[in-house]
Amino acid sequence: MTDLTRLTAAEIAARIASGEVTAVEVTEAHLARIEAVDEKVHAFLHVDREGALAQARAVDEKRERGEELGPLAGVPLALKDIFTTKGIPTTVGSKILEGWIPPYDATVTQRLRDADVIVLGKTNMDEFAMGSSTENSAFGPTGNPWDLTRIPGGSGGGSSASLASFQAPLAIGTDTGGSIRQPAAVTGTVGVKPTYGGVSRYGMVAFSSSLDQGGPCARTVLDAALLHEVIAGHDPMDSTSIDEPVPAVVEAARNGSVRGMRIGVVKEFAGEGYQAGVMQRFNESVELLRELGAEIEEISCPSFDKALAAYYLIAPSECSSNLARFDAMRYGLRVGDDGTKSAEEVTALTRAEGFGAEVKRRIMLGTYALSSGYYDAYYGSAQKVRTLIKRDFEKAFERVDVLISPTTPTTAFPIGERADDPMAMYLADLCTIPTNLAGNAAMSLPCGLAPEDGLPVGLQIIAPAMADDRLYRVGAAVEAALADKWGHPLLEEAPSL
Amino acid sequence: MTVTELVSYEDALAAYDPVMGLEVHVELGTKTKMFCGCSTALGAEPNTQTCPTCLGLPGSLPVVNATGVESAIKIGLALNCEIAEWCRFARKNYFYPDMPKNFQTSQYDEPIAYNGYLDVDVDGEVFRVEIERAHMEEDTGKSTHVGGATGRIHGAQHSLLDYNRAGIPLIEIVTKPIVGAGEKAPEVAKAYVTELRELIKSLGVSEARMEMGQMRCDVNLSLRPRGVEKFGTRSETKNVNSLRSVERAVRFEVQRHAAVLDDGGTIIQETRHFHEEDGSTTSGRVKEEAEDYRYFPEPDLVPVAPTRAWVEELRGGLPELPRVYRNRLREEWGLSRHEMQSVLNAGAIDLITATIDEGAPADQARKWWMGELARRANEDGVELAALPITPAQVARVCALVKEGSLNDKLARQTIEGVLAGEGGPDEVVTKRGLKVVSDEGALGTAVDEAIAANAAIADKIRGGKVAAAGALVGAVMKATRGQADAARVRELILEKLGVEG
Repeated sequence: MTDLTRLTAAEIAARIASGEVTAVEVTEAHLARIEAVDEKVHAFLHVDREGALAQARAVDEKRERGEELGPLAGVPLALKDIFTTKGIPTTVGSKILEGWIPPYDATVTQRLRDADVIVLGKTNMDEFAMGSSTENSAFGPTGNPWDLTRIPGGSGGGSSASLASFQAPLAIGTDTGGSIRQPAAVTGTVGVKPTYGGVSRYGMVAFSSSLDQGGPCARTVLDAALLHEVIAGHDPMDSTSIDEPVPAVVEAARNGSVRGMRIGVVKEFAGEGYQAGVMQRFNESVELLRELGAEIEEISCPSFDKALAAYYLIAPSECSSNLARFDAMRYGLRVGDDGTKSAEEVTALTRAEGFGAEVKRRIMLGTYALSSGYYDAYYGSAQKVRTLIKRDFEKAFERVDVLISPTTPTTAFPIGERADDPMAMYLADLCTIPTNLAGNAAMSLPCGLAPEDGLPVGLQIIAPAMADDRLYRVGAAVEAALADKWGHPLLEEAPSL
Repeated sequence: MTVTELVSYEDALAAYDPVMGLEVHVELGTKTKMFCGCSTALGAEPNTQTCPTCLGLPGSLPVVNATGVESAIKIGLALNCEIAEWCRFARKNYFYPDMPKNFQTSQYDEPIAYNGYLDVDVDGEVFRVEIERAHMEEDTGKSTHVGGATGRIHGAQHSLLDYNRAGIPLIEIVTKPIVGAGEKAPEVAKAYVTELRELIKSLGVSEARMEMGQMRCDVNLSLRPRGVEKFGTRSETKNVNSLRSVERAVRFEVQRHAAVLDDGGTIIQETRHFHEEDGSTTSGRVKEEAEDYRYFPEPDLVPVAPTRAWVEELRGGLPELPRVYRNRLREEWGLSRHEMQSVLNAGAIDLITATIDEGAPADQARKWWMGELARRANEDGVELAALPITPAQVARVCALVKEGSLNDKLARQTIEGVLAGEGGPDEVVTKRGLKVVSDEGALGTAVDEAIAANAAIADKIRGGKVAAAGALVGAVMKATRGQADAARVRELILEKLGVEG
């Protein structure tokens, strides 16, 4: 019998729809896989075995009754622990939310349930999505399935690792500065940051409201597109949600082609700090696109150099305000409540113990940047840089249909290597951050293994806002051409664990 | 608490010039909260009108209440403000347990309405209060501190939090510094809040009941020595929540500031609490440094950009504003500003208008409500509107006078009967037998008798002293127990004595 955990989401859905397998069998297979390997990987913070099986049974009953099933009905999914789940703990990778059981479902959670996607559990992440390695999780790091001593990317390392270790065929991530794309790149999976406002943020615990964006993670471009369609679309509960039809991403993923497309190579994303093997695979991808019929052009985006600096003012500023509500008064951790301390002392003790070092660092940075007398120099200037970056993108997209770059300058680094060097850690998001600042869409997909370390390299495709379909059209073409070249999907080369 | 020996108000004003700033918060009467769909109804069990958004739960997001924006624009237009073409909400970051997110969603440097004014009448004169801005924000929850002596947080054993109020839409209306009010500062402050309340009510955006906390006032006050341009340091007296208290708070702070300054002391910029019992204020918390709210544009909300067409539509739909309305009435009724102010203070505008609508002449309607009825209300210690007589009944009395069925004295008796619960005017007239004697025969006899009994006076009248007719009229009225039409009596007397009236 086929190993159900090796199938794509599209294949699983088709087999369930045809009655070849049941949703319960699929779910059990994935739960068994989690049991077998997650002790080593640590992708999940919480596995909802009962909930998942109950959902699967409901799908099978629906099918037996002859009801029409959605395109992903019965397909298991790993949900980043940043989305609220009614009745299921939601920690955001932080001790401060210890014991909190949300009384409501995020819009994304609700849409997954409505589409009969099976939520296996909640995945590990850097605390409050702040980090690029998942080492900042209060609950311990996650290993990269390609090499368990290395990071699976971050903040969504649990989601990317669950895909790469075949514990789930689908996952949800969130991308504030690269937290979907960078983990996808270093684990050889596909991750998409949709256009800002494309996927509802309601029920997604906020890190930096103007940058945060939920999106699909998968092992294939088509699977990502199928998931994208389930979670995207206007939500009246989110004011920043775009009230327009979702771009036709599934159609694009089924019709991959770059013939006649104009593709720009971002000039600024190369040079010092970029690993040789990463650049080699990236340059091969450029050649491949040319062979597939695309017109390639080098595009300069001079403001991108300032993106990282602007990001590390805007994101901490917003986070300092978003995280102010964690004060031990209403939910989550409460330290020192022994009747002898004032409310203020309880709040201080709780925050001291509940927040990790990186979160504290960013709260302090942001509080400082917003302070009177500093606001214009820091937050104000960062917003101006943001405008410049948007203009760079606008100019670029007058000339080309999509931009491409390496997703991240290096392959997965060893756990602990950058833990004490925040600046080195921040550089992992150098190529992904401009898209968050401008609010447009981007994808990372595997483009090979770096020769020097045998680890996955990610190709980033960037599209204008609300042109998310272009990512899938280009991504599907690259994916198909590479599979032809390699004779199999890249992930088959990963260790079996 | 340090007790300051107050300076008399007159002495304070002789030396100093008061500068005021008034900040009024109005709770809008929208059905749902500013950023979520929860009910705003008062009086529900604590924490039953809440949701993830107004509780500030992780992951929740706000959505702007369109009716709240509409109300804010109406208020702005009524205050003669400019309406922003594009504005944003901002986060005001500070900590308080009854504020669930530890920031208040408010507006900062981009208010929905700005640069306006409100004219108020003080002692028959117009005083223009300049409006700095009116902006939208959300209310906080309510804390109840249990176990302390004062009901304040200090000394409390524990605190109870009710988030039903959290997220109710507020409009904060801030004046520019009010200068030039001089000794009338307390009256100007009271008149401004009164006028603002009338305005809000007439717009239908809030009931603005101060006793229910739907309208709350903060009074900022400073003194500067007469002739000095620079403003002094201000105190901020919070939650002054009745019209009378606004006046008292200003008066008290003027006297207190003067006392401190006279002693060579300096005013500390601080928050002060107002005490209803004796009209005093006491120190709250001292602002050692300017509070840093770390405002920044609210990233969870899209900008508010009211189209000009919509703004003009709202402008076109504004009701006649109270002061314009009162001025129109004043002209129609032929009153001086001072007289109109009395009518306003007596709460008689609506009653008189209703009486006129029932057919009474304006002067008659005003005469009864501001005269006899105002006197009775005062005697009974009740509001004018609470008297057991309706504008329709007053109008009926006026009609009976006009057709000659009642004279002034009988009309008074009729009203007395109505107030005593004897029925409507017609019923009282019948029951009490208050008809004017208009039978010419009977009246003629009475006139003849009066002339005969007062021959000397009759002669004077015949001799041209027409003014003396009053005495004969009095005699006839006495004889008819006041039920005669005095004007007709006078005519008959002159006729019978062959004198031209």
